[in-house]
Amino acid sequence: MSEDNKNITAQKRPMGPRPGGGPMAMMPGDKARDFKGSMKKLIGYLGRYKWTILFVLCLAVVSTVFMIVGPKILGKATDELFSGIMNKIAGTGGIDFAKIGTIMLTLVGLYVISASFSYFQGFVMTSVTAKVTYRMRNDICDKMNKLPLKYYDKTTFGDVLSRITNDVDTISQTLNQSLSQIITSLTQLIGIIVMMLTISWQLTLVALLMIPVSMVAVILIVRKSQGHFKSQQKFLGIVNGHVEEMFASHVIVKAFSGEDDSIKTFNNYNESLYKAAWKSNFLSGMIMPITMFIGNLSFVAVCILGGYFTAIGNMTVGGIQAFIQYVRSFTQPITQIANISNILQQTAAASERVFEFLGEEEEVNEDENALSVNYNDDEPDSQTSAHVKDNVTFESVSFGYDADKPVIQNFSADVKLGQKIAIVGPTGAGKTTLVKLLMRFYDVNGGSIKIGGYDIKHFKRDELRKIFGMVLQDTWLYNGTIADNIRYGKLNATDEEVKQAAKAAQVDHFVRTLPEGYNMILNEEANNISQGQKQLLTIARAILADPKILILDEATSSVDTRTEVLIQKAMDNLMKGRTSFVIAHRLSTIRNADLILVINNGDIVEQGTHEELISKGGFYSNLYKSQFEIAG
Amino acid sequence: MIKLRGYLKPFAAGLLIAIVLLFGQAMSDLNLPNFMSKIVNIGIQQNGIDSTAPAAISESGMTLIKTFMTDDEKTLVNDNYTLVSSSESNEKGQKYIDLYPSAENKLYVKNNADKSISKSLDDAFGSATGTMMYAMKDFAENPGQSTASNAADNLKEIDLAKLYQMQPMLNMISKQTISNAHDEAIANDATILNQMGIYMTKAFYTELGIDVSHMQTSYIIRIGLFMLTIALLGGAATILVSLISSRIAAGVARNLRKDVFAKIEKFSPNAFGKFSTASLITRCTNDITQIQMLLMIGIRMICYAPIMATGGIIMALKKSVSMSWIIAVAVITLVGLIMIVMAIAMPKFKIMQQLVDKLNLVSRENLSGMMVIRAFATQQHEKDRFEKANDDITKTQLFIGRSMVSLMTGIMLMMNCITLVIVWVGAHQIAASSMQVGDMMAFMQYAMQIIMSFMMISMMFLFVPRAAVSAVRISEVLAVDDLIKDPENPKDFDETKKGLVEFKNVFFRYDNADEDALCDITFTAKPGQTTAIIGSTGSGKSTIANLIMRFYDIRNGEIRVDGVDIRQVAQKDLRSKIGYVPQKGVLLSGTISTNLKYGKKEAADDEIQTAAQVAQAMDFISDNEHKFEAPITQGGTNVSGGQKQRLSIARALVAKPEIYIFDDSFSALDFKTDVALRKALKEHTGDSTVIVVGQRISTIKNAEQIIVLDEGKIVGRGTHKELLKNCDEYYEIASSQLTQEELA
Repeated sequence: MSEDNKNITAQKRPMGPRPGGGPMAMMPGDKARDFKGSMKKLIGYLGRYKWTILFVLCLAVVSTVFMIVGPKILGKATDELFSGIMNKIAGTGGIDFAKIGTIMLTLVGLYVISASFSYFQGFVMTSVTAKVTYRMRNDICDKMNKLPLKYYDKTTFGDVLSRITNDVDTISQTLNQSLSQIITSLTQLIGIIVMMLTISWQLTLVALLMIPVSMVAVILIVRKSQGHFKSQQKFLGIVNGHVEEMFASHVIVKAFSGEDDSIKTFNNYNESLYKAAWKSNFLSGMIMPITMFIGNLSFVAVCILGGYFTAIGNMTVGGIQAFIQYVRSFTQPITQIANISNILQQTAAASERVFEFLGEEEEVNEDENALSVNYNDDEPDSQTSAHVKDNVTFESVSFGYDADKPVIQNFSADVKLGQKIAIVGPTGAGKTTLVKLLMRFYDVNGGSIKIGGYDIKHFKRDELRKIFGMVLQDTWLYNGTIADNIRYGKLNATDEEVKQAAKAAQVDHFVRTLPEGYNMILNEEANNISQGQKQLLTIARAILADPKILILDEATSSVDTRTEVLIQKAMDNLMKGRTSFVIAHRLSTIRNADLILVINNGDIVEQGTHEELISKGGFYSNLYKSQFEIAG
Repeated sequence: MIKLRGYLKPFAAGLLIAIVLLFGQAMSDLNLPNFMSKIVNIGIQQNGIDSTAPAAISESGMTLIKTFMTDDEKTLVNDNYTLVSSSESNEKGQKYIDLYPSAENKLYVKNNADKSISKSLDDAFGSATGTMMYAMKDFAENPGQSTASNAADNLKEIDLAKLYQMQPMLNMISKQTISNAHDEAIANDATILNQMGIYMTKAFYTELGIDVSHMQTSYIIRIGLFMLTIALLGGAATILVSLISSRIAAGVARNLRKDVFAKIEKFSPNAFGKFSTASLITRCTNDITQIQMLLMIGIRMICYAPIMATGGIIMALKKSVSMSWIIAVAVITLVGLIMIVMAIAMPKFKIMQQLVDKLNLVSRENLSGMMVIRAFATQQHEKDRFEKANDDITKTQLFIGRSMVSLMTGIMLMMNCITLVIVWVGAHQIAASSMQVGDMMAFMQYAMQIIMSFMMISMMFLFVPRAAVSAVRISEVLAVDDLIKDPENPKDFDETKKGLVEFKNVFFRYDNADEDALCDITFTAKPGQTTAIIGSTGSGKSTIANLIMRFYDIRNGEIRVDGVDIRQVAQKDLRSKIGYVPQKGVLLSGTISTNLKYGKKEAADDEIQTAAQVAQAMDFISDNEHKFEAPITQGGTNVSGGQKQRLSIARALVAKPEIYIFDDSFSALDFKTDVALRKALKEHTGDSTVIVVGQRISTIKNAEQIIVLDEGKIVGRGTHKELLKNCDEYYEIASSQLTQEELA
């Protein structure tokens, strides 16, 4: 949870090969570790839709078959025409328009049926895909909020985001297009071969011979271009990295006059990128001309051989015409089929990542009859609800982010209602660890934390967390109005309550000076108000939530002194009558604290009151003296 | 888009060659169907005999055919055929007897004739054949002649021997009958007559002993070889175009990237601040990649499509003018269909990106606000927010998907129907003899090629606007006129006033701001002294630091460094005098050492060591096993905020500048380090001028001069003690940070 959270972007994965996916096609994507398992999970996830999908795919097959029969029948019309005109010339007859007309009508029927099947198929597939991906995204989002914080210690946000965007997109594309494309391509391929065989096996043989030729050509090119493609990606990464870094450090570059050096470095990278880029684009761009050329070769072969066979009477003109149409539509399914394994691999990899995420262990389940907090003073505690007014006790708590590296060992403390606990220690000493334990973002490894005598593990998680109000240095606000953001502490709060909270947080005046007042929308980066104002809003949010116990982070380094005064006032308002844990930076807070916890390197090194600790002459006393020194 | 066309100039030659090659490719693609039609029309239908007038004919054959010619035709034939002996040789030295093995002693051979004469000859033989057919029919109607008539009633099974036997009888047919038959014949289309003539010619050739089926095959193979050559040339052209277009696209991208980067890198922070950093990065990377893609596809397809479309139209018109309406209708309906669907789907396409961004935003907020969300137990609220975004995106996707399905099905159906229409209409044209079957087949191919081209052109309308947006964004950057420029004749610094920083009645206002950020600022920072500037956020204290660096230019007044107005010296020289430490410790990727040496490349090891010591950075540097060679990742993510700040202080120290500016540079340090650092700093900076911008009283209270800013104006100046007494604003700030005893 550091400052770089603000720039989370989905990690980009190389977009995989898609049929006709431009020059980047044919590049292998990620591979799934467990192909079969991932695919099975995906199919299982489709649920009842898998029968729908199966059904519409059958329609796709029928539609394709009807489409493929077309040219052959059309060829019959041409034959009829040809023999008719020959007879006419020879003076033995004429063109039989009735017969041609019948053929035409048959074809119109075929095409219309084929089109409606294909339309129906596409329509249904789109709907199914939309529904499945909708559910998948919701599930991922749900999961996001159910995973323990521990999970995010080892996973970047970008990685999670990438699952919700890139991976779901990949699956969506496969369902929506690739799946039916695979089926239609296979049908087309088989169908076309069968149709060609009925016209002439010799010509079919020639046409089929072209496949390995073009395959070999394409594979050779791909193999050659892959290296260039990789280096293009590499240099693109380097160039982009340099651009990003230099622009982000613009002021420093200017201050130390580093522009010329930077430009020189950039030009070097840029030149390498250029070389890799044109080679890679040229080679991958060659696939199309070459397949086109090979297609033309087939065309020529059909013309020559077809002409010959027709001349010796083994074929008809309509046969040539049909054959040309088949050969022309032959390459497309082949390239698509060549991609099948890539597409499936990619889909498997994507669904593996999605299901892996969905299968992660969630926060430990709560007991069926876990405790809720009883806010009604007249009602006595029961099996399922308890008052929280007593003390917070830590009983020999031990904890470590890694089980074998304990950061808190055998820590005990007794906090009474209304007490103020100061947590002090140098920067980066791990002061938030205690906070995370209290709110059960992490579970203790040993010992227990009790609130009002109840182990926090026995509370419903949400109920427990509602006991606390949290104002952290990382002022998280979301893209909504200011009122919405304050109301976040109590979603059903009235406008008046929101206003009161804002007043108590010293931010009402400021909000009212804003263009839209409480209805001003915080922009995506929430940078249209200052850091200090954001902090005030988070205080208002906490005030509105009216928690029993407070967790505050006093750090106000990036806030100007006037705002700081406001924040202090607001925090003091907030702390009145509440038990509070304060990550303390102010001397006054520390001195007035009922208990000071001194943290160093993630470990609680000392605890006691100010006087006790000073007289002890340990770490705290050193820390305090260093501050006293400057103050004096 | 147009503004960037200059970038194509260096590649004009390549572009021209590419276009020429594209023409070649189009010629190749368009000629293949043309040759196919020849194979069908001549190779198959006419047995490979491409002219009606035979190249050689027997004497009896000549007599027979002449019987049915008009006088003009006879004269024409007499002029162009020579009676030769079969033992003679032609110009090429081939003996006639070898060419025509069954020839009798004497035979007629066709002279070399020009095109128009050949054509007339073909017509003569064609009409003669037609005349013969009609004459024979008349003849057959006479009673008793039926036996003779069946010698010629079917051209496919013509029997020359029988006809020759009938020659005496034929000679007796009246002129009138022949003339009538001739009139009947020429009522037919010339094409039909010519094709009839072909049958006679085939018979004449067979008579002379020519292997007609061999003639047919060799014709087909000859045309086939032509096609092969053309296909090869076309393929070569395509590959060359691909080569050229890749080079041009990558080249333009390289030049653009170079210029854009250099331009931005030279931007003053003033100009830089007009864009967001993220947007500048996109302009320098993705936007340029877009342009590269556009150029590559543009040259290969967008230029090709119109060439192909025009070529296809010309070819189709040549095949059949009367059928081109089909293509027109097809193109109009298809393009219309695409346009309509696009017009409906386009707005959705546009909002799609916004919706994706929204979904990402909500997911991102869910992740970054995880602690807050769980603390307030608002998971359900977040879920609802996400579902709303997800719902929007799903609906839009569904709409787009369905539009695309309709479009694709529509296009497929349309294409199929067009072939049907072509065959149906073509059949009638063929029946009316205005075209041949092969032509119809070629026409089908042209129609497809033309439609494909138009489809490509309409797809272009989808692609170009996106690249155009990128182009606009790029040219926006290139068009920025940075107002902060070096003077033409930079002045020298005054050596006697080394380190002196003077503000004289400085007024400054940010662009587009309504109010001055700094108002009438006058002060002097002297060498060997520390001048502190304090004030609340927005009081303009960091602005003063930025102005000394000349990141912005002032509106009024004067800033002098070393006695010279900073606008009269080169920016580089000015900045080399200043050691600047910004609020946020910004480090560059590399090692600790490269970062420390950033301001002074040639710094010695002991220099950076001293600097690191002063900056209190030595402890964590020596903790690291690589010491000064410890790697720093991009953005300095592998060091803590405090370490970053200490390293950036050390970086300024290494350069040993005359002037130090610390812009709130101690905020991320704990008090202990802060104290130690300032102590060491005081000793190290010596004669340099130190300007500290800060908000911690403890950091600045020992300064020789403290300037208190409020809303861009100086509201107090003096030492800590003086200010506590006579400056309310200062007291207010101090009271929030110090205890009562300290304030006293």
